[in-house]
Amino acid sequence: MPRVSAAPAQKTERRSALEQRIMLRIDGEYITTDPGKTILEVARETGIDIPTLCAVPGLTSVGACRLCLIEVKGNQRLLPACTVKVEGGMVVSTRSERLDKYRRMILELLFTERNHVCAVCVSSGACELQDLATQLGVTHAPFEFRNPNLPVDASHERFIEDPNRCILCTRCVRICREVEGANTWEVGGRGINSNIIADLAEPWGGSLSCTSCGKCVQICPTGALAVKGRATGEMTKRAWNVTDLNRMRGART
Amino acid sequence: MATITINPVTRVEGHGKITLHLDSDGQVNDARLHVTQVRGFEKFCEGRPYTEMPAITARVCGICPVSHLVASSKACDDIMAVRIPAAGDRLRRIVHLAQTVQSHALSFFHLSSPDLLLGMDEDPAKRNIFGVLGEHPDLAAGGIALRKFGQQVIEELAGDRVHPHGIVPGGMQEPMTAEQRDAILMGIPESLDFVRRSLDLCKGIGDRFTDEIETFANFPSLFMGTVARGGELELYDGDLRFVDEEGEVVADGIAAPDYRQWIGEAVEPWSYLKFPYFKPRGYPEGMYRVGPLARLNVADRCGTPMADEALEAFRTIDGGKVALSSFHFHQARLIEALYALEAMEQLLRHEDALDTRVRATAGVNELEGVGIAEAPRGTLIHHYRVDPNGLITWANLIIATGHNHLAINRGMLQVAQKFVRGDQIEEGALNRVEAVVRAFDPCLSCSTHAVGQMPLHLQLIGPEGAVLHEVRRD
Ligand code: SF4
Ligand code: FES
Repeated sequence: MPRVSAAPAQKTERRSALEQRIMLRIDGEYITTDPGKTILEVARETGIDIPTLCAVPGLTSVGACRLCLIEVKGNQRLLPACTVKVEGGMVVSTRSERLDKYRRMILELLFTERNHVCAVCVSSGACELQDLATQLGVTHAPFEFRNPNLPVDASHERFIEDPNRCILCTRCVRICREVEGANTWEVGGRGINSNIIADLAEPWGGSLSCTSCGKCVQICPTGALAVKGRATGEMTKRAWNVTDLNRMRGART
Repeated sequence: MATITINPVTRVEGHGKITLHLDSDGQVNDARLHVTQVRGFEKFCEGRPYTEMPAITARVCGICPVSHLVASSKACDDIMAVRIPAAGDRLRRIVHLAQTVQSHALSFFHLSSPDLLLGMDEDPAKRNIFGVLGEHPDLAAGGIALRKFGQQVIEELAGDRVHPHGIVPGGMQEPMTAEQRDAILMGIPESLDFVRRSLDLCKGIGDRFTDEIETFANFPSLFMGTVARGGELELYDGDLRFVDEEGEVVADGIAAPDYRQWIGEAVEPWSYLKFPYFKPRGYPEGMYRVGPLARLNVADRCGTPMADEALEAFRTIDGGKVALSSFHFHQARLIEALYALEAMEQLLRHEDALDTRVRATAGVNELEGVGIAEAPRGTLIHHYRVDPNGLITWANLIIATGHNHLAINRGMLQVAQKFVRGDQIEEGALNRVEAVVRAFDPCLSCSTHAVGQMPLHLQLIGPEGAVLHEVRRD
């Protein structure tokens, strides 16, 4: 009995999948896509670029940086494209004066919150924060600089962590948990005092969970995590495809 | 006591203030250069990885960032306890020599030649590089071209002319290509020729400035500079040597890590710049001078043919011993530029000039490092301590203007005593005090005022603090 009914059941599934295809508009373009995807994924598939800092294909999206904010018609609030799922009939715009203004403001806030001094930074020239600032025309910051003096963690044999350059995107936390499975990094503290911590806020070099794989270093968008011994401007990050990495590991994509 | 204040000093890099202190007879009895900016580099370096130090300290100065890069990278080599590969060493030297050329060109042609060629009493509106362009177009244009050549070499080999990054702890980031070498070699003959012609001109100028030569910081003092093992002029990696006013060597072969045994650093409440002195003589008697003049005074010879020839002529200036007047700084700069160009050529023609092994890698192997190099303005010392992870725990930088600090004050006093009298100051006299400061080419912080005249404000203040006389120049 089960054998007989198997084929029609599959057919129904396929048909219902087709029926479930949804249509939406992004920046005026009509797009047909499958439900369950985020607006960011669909936009990128269509060749529409939305600026992001925390989202990485292959890692869980957490909506931490808010750079991917978009406008959805009929919704007063700006929504993060990396976490909001597409819906049929949505009318999305990814570029507007208002969005540009807020994106710039987010960058300005990031720049003033910690010490992003490109001139002496190990990642200058290969930094996503720097690139975005250039792209979006951030020339100065109207807010007061906080100039924190956070201790650099140079205890690891091969890597160095400078929280003064961290934008708390949590990419390192997620790649360590979701891909390496070591769970070394976490966010400690609250609000403005939040920071990346290794294990239970221990020196990175003394961490028992860290496998020294270096994935966090490669995925970090700024100079906060870097290879030790590199001079100013010498840290270039490997262009990694986490989705492929997951596939190689046989994990879900 | 009355006080004359010259503020700000024009055509000096950075911001300084000069006060001339008059006694009750209207005689100048003290002169002080106040450096009132705190830049705090030593403080904010603390906690940073040592690998960042070259880039951080290069920001001390926009004119001679290469000198800081070199001294800092050498201090880092010391912390890593590495000997950098020979080709890397040669490349660092070439960049460092190019820096000497461009900086001396700036100092001589852009900043000092207006005084030398147009005269101290020339209208300030004309006494600048544009005035020189009008009267001596060849010289001004050649000076600008020479500076450009030096900067292009820096840009080629170290990545960027203002904030170059190619010099790193352990060596150089990139080797040199054949095209780069050939391009640089092509520019050398013309530059050499120009410097030689300028030297001839400079010798003639001397006769017109006998008064200035006599009074431009012309006093006995010690001189310090680095020399090679054989006693030749050495800008990149020599040992420290002190000679006295008679030209006698009083200390020699001082390796970088031992500098503190010989150099003390005093502080005064009215200036943020420290006062280094030669320890065996105590403070302030241990006053010494550094820079082009000092280097030529301490070195036995330059070690390159044309520069040695020029040096021989230079030696006769003050009776064959040491040249005492800081006025001779100008000529010394040209001789060094000649040397730098010749030495660059030798290095570029080295058979292994294009060797690709230019960098040594290592971690923290020593907890302390000292790097010494001769910056265009004089000896530059970088001294760091790090924790076992390589984070800076302490830093000490002694820059050329620091070494010269006592001598600059002494020089200003000497000129002021001759040219400033009573409560009225003539334009020319004022400019002569400034010119002394400029002869030392002090790099007070890092902004260039290469073109034109900055506003000048001079106040003469009576014993009760009332302004007796005021001169303003906009
Ligand atoms: S260390 Fe880097 S990857 Fe981790 S949260 Fe900070 S900026 Fe993001
Ligand atoms: S990319 Fe969407 S919130 Fe950071």
